[in-house]
Formats: sequence, structure tokens, C-alpha cells
Amino acid sequence: MLGDMESAYEIVRGIKERRFKAEEVMEKYLKIISEQESRINAFITLREKGCMSEARMIDAKIAKGERVGKLAGVPIAIKDNICTEGIKTTCASRMLEDYTSPYDATVIEKLKEEGAIIIGKTNMDEFAMGSSTENSAFKQTSNPWELRKVPGGSSGGSAAAVASGFTPLALGSDTGGSIRQPAAFCGVVGLKPTYGMVSRFGLIAFASSLDQVGPMAKNVKDCALALEILQGNDEKDSTSCNIKLTDKYSLESESIKKLRVGVPKQYFEGELDSEVKNAIMKSIKTLEKAGVKVEEVSLPINEEILSAYYIISSAEASSNLARFDGIRYGYRTSEYKNIEQLITNTRTEAFGKEVKRRILLGTYVLSAGYYDAFYNKAQKMRESIKAGYREIFSKYDLIISPVAPTVAFGKGEKVHSSVQMYLQDLYTISVNLAGLPALSMNCGFNKKNLPIGLQIIGSHFSEEKIFQLAYLLECELDLRKKVAL
Amino acid sequence: MRWETVIGIEIHAELLTKSKIFCGCSTEFGSRPNTNTCPVCIGLPGALPVLNEEVIQLALKAGLALNCKVNYINKMDRKNYFYPDLPRAYQISQFDLPILYDGYVEFEVEDIIKRVNINRIHLEEDAGKLIHLEDEPYTCIDYNRGGVPLIELVTEPELRSPKEAFEFVKTIKTIFEYVEVSDCKMEQGSLRFDANISVRERGQKELNTKVEIKNMNSFKEMQKALEKEEKRQIELYEFGEGDKIVQETRRWDSAKGRTVSMRGKEEAHDYRYFPEPDLKQIIISENNVISLKKQIPELPNEKLERLISQYRLNKKEMQIVVEDKRLTQLFEETIKKGARADKVLNWIIGDLLKLMKMGDASKNIPITATTLAELIKSIENGDISLKIGREVFEEMFETKGNPKEIIAKRGLVQVNNEEELEKIVGKVIENNPKSVADYNAGRKQAITFLMGQVMKETKGQANPKTAMNLLKIRLP
Repeated sequence: MLGDMESAYEIVRGIKERRFKAEEVMEKYLKIISEQESRINAFITLREKGCMSEARMIDAKIAKGERVGKLAGVPIAIKDNICTEGIKTTCASRMLEDYTSPYDATVIEKLKEEGAIIIGKTNMDEFAMGSSTENSAFKQTSNPWELRKVPGGSSGGSAAAVASGFTPLALGSDTGGSIRQPAAFCGVVGLKPTYGMVSRFGLIAFASSLDQVGPMAKNVKDCALALEILQGNDEKDSTSCNIKLTDKYSLESESIKKLRVGVPKQYFEGELDSEVKNAIMKSIKTLEKAGVKVEEVSLPINEEILSAYYIISSAEASSNLARFDGIRYGYRTSEYKNIEQLITNTRTEAFGKEVKRRILLGTYVLSAGYYDAFYNKAQKMRESIKAGYREIFSKYDLIISPVAPTVAFGKGEKVHSSVQMYLQDLYTISVNLAGLPALSMNCGFNKKNLPIGLQIIGSHFSEEKIFQLAYLLECELDLRKKVAL
Repeated sequence: MRWETVIGIEIHAELLTKSKIFCGCSTEFGSRPNTNTCPVCIGLPGALPVLNEEVIQLALKAGLALNCKVNYINKMDRKNYFYPDLPRAYQISQFDLPILYDGYVEFEVEDIIKRVNINRIHLEEDAGKLIHLEDEPYTCIDYNRGGVPLIELVTEPELRSPKEAFEFVKTIKTIFEYVEVSDCKMEQGSLRFDANISVRERGQKELNTKVEIKNMNSFKEMQKALEKEEKRQIELYEFGEGDKIVQETRRWDSAKGRTVSMRGKEEAHDYRYFPEPDLKQIIISENNVISLKKQIPELPNEKLERLISQYRLNKKEMQIVVEDKRLTQLFEETIKKGARADKVLNWIIGDLLKLMKMGDASKNIPITATTLAELIKSIENGDISLKIGREVFEEMFETKGNPKEIIAKRGLVQVNNEEELEKIVGKVIENNPKSVADYNAGRKQAITFLMGQVMKETKGQANPKTAMNLLKIRLP
């Protein structure tokens, strides 16, 4: 249906070569959204009118022969925890239901500068806490491959939007797997960049030391293109990296055959669904056939990592979310007689259950007398995870692993068990704890035609190698003919 | 004396930076409410702090002047608590790794040199200000002050009397002014202090329950508050009611002259400190510290010692000058312009301080080294008398004027001309035969009256020495 308007790369080329207009591209995407969004519910806020006029402006520039950006005329969907001036940013929470940021996140500034057009803000788990997008205060997003299934989370709206053909590109955020797991569930490509590679200025913080904004796309090439624009030092974010980055990623390289890839055996034991396991093993064989050297390695995976992750992320969240007190912006209770009641009632009424659970957990682990037993111990665990990865990356270039233990699960299936939900993050969280880059991509389908994800993990700032391996696999598997809708 | 008082002090000083600690907003005092704010300092979702490097340099200067050691690697932490003046609901501060630690300061109390150890100095951001409107059921918040950089200095509990505490804070203020880290304007809240006080029996090793006192707005108020609290605690111990002293925070009510309990220990916060993940570690280079050490100017104590031995001046008087950086500058520069040190000191201690106390003492001093040196010279040269000089000084203070111009404009030049004076003296003797007779009859004080008449005739401009000599010659 979309033809050569399907990928961001092709759209930019087509517009620049005047084979089609940005206006036509936008019309096509908006038409699909208008036909399908009621089934998918990917968006919290849709922005129709503004998109068309921005597209026409790109066309006008091209007609005048003026310079247009690297994403000229490309529609993009933004996760609703990334601040956009003039468009509501809700974090899928009652707390920010009517909140509009007075400024653009750095990533939004960069996208606008390159001519990308924001089509809307996508649904998510409230404040990015969850693995199914079921914790949204507003709506439930469906998995486009099977509407009764969840799209994954927390960037479920962005993943579903890309998979549904509502947009060629989307931004997500990943604190423990929130880009990669929904990408896997929806059969798209999602990258969690190296910590510090992409500015967090304007990303509403969940866990500051783990959060990272990243692209979600139909294919590896678009994902790389988007990263080229998003990445780079930002003086407004002290944790952003200050090193020279590759400004153009090459996806094909002869050296790919010399890559040494490790496959951690522990990741394929225990919880992992057999169909997921088989699809990944098949992909590994495909890569080996293509000349990539793959070896089994040892990388412990256990519930202690999960505990460390939930302690650190919740501790930071309890502090990051404390500013939502009903005083300056956002929801305010109508029932209060003094300042304590104002703050308490506001937070009681406007935060959802999962957010409250994590605030309580985070507050508890930081409390006097518990700090050493929990927070400090978790930090030590974090150091040992980093050391474990360092060890592997001294011998291997990349790691291949599953993204999630299962394919997309049914709506409502896991909402009553936090532990079951938390186990979804088992294969993704250590990457955040270590600050590493990791990409999630489709590597096949199960018998019920649900996508299966594969994860490629690299050492710090090894995004180019990750893209190269992913691109090779994407070409070899050639799965993209399948579409969700 | 059966009882020994133990006092520890916490000082908050706003650093003299142009912009705030984590954003580019101005730190200017007195701007319209909430105009010096941005997404960062009002804690809007998504906004991130970026540390202002200047803050580190000023804090280091303050610490080095107080003989502190430097934590070459330190970090910011979050101090979590809900309060409307704190827009992120956490204050970015320092917890276990303060930028500076283990310092000391020396000062004199009743002619004895006292040394007080400084436990730590750490960096933090100031909070906003709650404005309680009269007759309105709500409170407004001004976030202009939010994010203004502060250092917090904490002493060891080594002060032994309210007087020592008074001298201590005065010393710190002077040092901060000398090294130019804070403007220390208490009326604008750029210097604030809290005190912890307990009382124990002399010889007792362990400390008794301490009470924290807040809201003391001047050095004098602090001393008064501590004296009140010291008396309250001693009385309770004397009556065997020591258990009535509980760990609590008490607010000094200066109007009523007493402390009032604010909150007890059971309401004490658990601040849940943890490292601020939005900021990197602070790494300080040794070179940075070495070069800052070179920039530390002569400090008040050293300056006092040097000046009194160099110019043989009165220590008490010189101390008054040294305690105020502006007076010290005026003093030293006036000497450089050629004036005699003792004369300069007299002018500053006498006329200048008197005039300053009549007005707003915190205002800039209108007298400059140049004008003061000129004035002193005019008196020494005999152009004007000391008495006229004081009038001229007053006008200089009022109008920032130049003494020569004032003297010329008002025609105040002293009458030194002997011929002219002889005529006037002759006229006075002629017109006052009774006084002359009195003088001749042995009532020598009559000459004072005659001298007064000479002055009256010359509108006070007669050179008194010359006039007196002439009188004595004419009166046999």
C-alpha cells in the first residue's frame, strides 16, 4: 500500500528527487491512521492539521530549491514522555493529562531541524513503568499482529504505530527494555543507544541513570538514519557523551565476517519460550552460514539482576516523580485543607497503581537503615554486571540474545502478577544497568504468526557494528514482506 | 561555673555568581517574582541541571581561606523532601562527600585566641520563597531564589559561649567578604545561620541533648537567642529537670525575645539521600587548587597584625576597620596616597563611622581614598582647621564631593595671614575691655572668650595657633 513511501530513507529520497511530494506522503499516512487507529489505539494525541501544513512547507522549500533536512517530510511518532512544545505531553498519566511543555526536548529540536514532522504522541505505560502499555491511564493499545495481544511496553504505542504503518519512524524510551521488548512484540526494529549517546533533556525522567531515548523503525537502515540525527553531545544534559561519533553509519562492511559474536548460554535456559529459542537459534545459524563467527559464552542471568534493577530504577523514580505535587502544574486535587493534604491527595488521585507501587518501593529502599541493604547492594551488583560485560567484550564484538522470554501475550494476562510482568525484562535490563547499546529486531514468527524478537548487544558506542550485524541478518532473513495489518 | 555551654553553628552563604547553580537564570536579588526562572530551576518535567563551574571555584576559595582540605573527587546528592518552595521535591546538595572538609578558623574573644574546627563545607542550591499574603487564605511562591548557589558550613561543637558564637560568625562573614565569595547581606538572606546548643556539667565528656535554633537574623540576635536558650537549659538542669530538654528545633522570636518550639525529633525528616544521577562526579585538579590558593588575599587576622605593627596603631580601633572590607580598603588606599595612618584611622573610626551609622550602613561609602587624603592634606597644610575639616567631611559624605571644591565654594580657607589676623585681634581687644581687664587681673581663662571672638569675626577660619599667639603678645 505504501510502496516506496514505506521507509524514512525512501521517503526522503523520493521527496528530494521530486518523485512525490511530502504532502502526498503525509496524506497517505494520515489516511491509514484514520482507517486503523480506532482498532490499534497507538496514539494519545494526534496532530493532523499541523502535519499537512508542515509537509507543504517542505514541498515549497524543495520547489524553491532550498536546503531541506535529512528527514525532510518524514512523519514521526513521539512517545508521550518526550516534551513537545505546543503538543500535550501526558506520560499516559492523569497527573499530566492536560500538561503542555513550554519547550521542546533536545531530540525534538533535532528532528524538527532535519524536517521530520511530528504526527502525534504515542501511548505508553504510565511514566514508562510497565511492559505491556496496559498501565496507560487513557487507553489500551493493541498489537497490530493480533489485536487481543498487547504491543509490549512501555513504548507500546510507538511500536504499534510503526508496525501498523502509521509512521515509518517513532521515538521510544528505554529504561529496562521499553524500546526493545515492544519492538520485538510488534516485529519492528528498536535501538536503545549507549547511555549518554542521545540527550535526555526533555525526556520526562523515570530512572535517570538508566533512561535513554532511541529510534523505532521498520528496518535497520531507518533506525541508523534516525540515530545519526538524534545522537550527540548536549550541553543541557550533563550525562550526555562528549566524544566524536560516527556521523554516517555504514551498514555494509567486509569486516563483518571477522566479527566474533558471543551467545550467552544462560539466556537460553529456564524461562525462555521454545519457539522464541528456536527462531533465534535459526538466525544464529543463518549468520554463521554468512560467515560470522559465533561462540557460546557464559553470562550469568538471575533474579538478583532483576532485584538490582527494580531497586535502582524505583529509587530514582521515587525521587524523579516527587515533583508532581499539584502545586505548579498538572493535576491538583479539589479536596484539601492544607498543604500536606494537597500533595497527598493529588498524588493519591492522579498516580496509577504501578507508579505508586514503584514510588513506595523506591522510597523504602532509600530510607534510613535500609539504604545499605538495598540501594548500595544494588549498586554493587550493577558494578559486577558491568564487569561481566567488560570481560565478554574483551573477547567478543557483539552478543546475541533473546529480547523477551515470550512473544506478545494476551491483554489482561499478566496484569495481576507484578513478578510475571517484571520477568519480561529479564534479558533487557542488564543492558541498561551497564549503559550498553542494544538493538531489537524481528527474526521470525511463531505458529500463531506473532513476531519473535532478537537482541544484539554491543560494547559502549559500538552502534555501527550492531547495525551492520542487524542489517546482515535482516537481509538474510528477508522477513519484511510480511505486514501486520 | 558548674555548667559548660556547647555550641555548633551552620552557616549558609549565597555565592556571588551571576547565574544560578544549575541554569543560566540571574541570581539578582529583588527582581519581580518568578522572573528569574526557567524550566530547570522550577523543575519542569524533563529539564535537567547543569553545574555552573563558577560555583566550584567560589566554594574552593571560601574553603581554602578557612584552611579546609579538598575532596578532589566529590559529587552532588539528592536530599528528598516535599515542600512547596522546592520545585523538584528534592534539593541538590552534597551528602557524604562534601567538596571541602576539616578546616579551622581562629579569632579573638576577650584577648584570647580561639580556634574552631570546621567539619565541612558543601555545595547546594537555595530554595524558593513562600510569601504569605495578609488576609488571603493562600500562599504565593517566588522561585527567583530557587537555584541560587549556596555553601553550607558546619562547625564542630567547639564554641563555648554565645559571645564566642557571635565572634565566630562575624569572623566568617569578614573572611567571606575578603575572598569575595559572598556579599554576606543578611538583610537579603545571602548569609544565614542556625545554631545547635547544649549544656553539660564541666568535665563531662559526652554531650547532652542539643537544641537547634533557627531564624536568627543578625549576629546580635543570635547571641541573644543563644543566651536565652543557654539560660533555659541551665535552669532546667539546676532543678534536676534535664529530661525536659528534648532534641528539637526552636525558632527565635526576636519581637518577644524568646525561642519557640517548631518541631521535635520524632518529626525529623528522613531525607533519603542518594547520588544525583543527572550530574557527573565533580573532579577538581590539584593545579586548580594551587592557583586558587595564590589568589587568596591577605585575610583579616593577618592584615590586622601587619597594620598595627607597621603603623603602631591602636588594636581595638584597627580591628573595627579590618572587620569591614570597605573600611580596610579606604584605609589602605588613603595611606598609599600619602596620608598618615593615624590620621586616616581617626577619620574612619570617628567621623566616618558616626555618619555611616546615622544612615544605611550597608550602602556604599561615599568617601574615596583620594578625597580623604586631600582633606587630611588640607588640614596639615593649614588651609583649613580641623573643625572646618569636619564640616567639609560631612559635606563630602553627603554629596560625594571633593574637599578642595567644597572649601573653595564655601570660602572656608583658613586665615593665616598675620597682618590680617593682627587687625582682627586688635579689634577684639578694643571691643572687649572687660575681658581684657579680667585677663590682666589674673583670670587667664578670659583668653578663651577672646579667642572665641576672633573665631566669630573670621567665621571660624582663623588659624587657631597664630591667633592665640597674637592674642598672647597683645595682652601684656
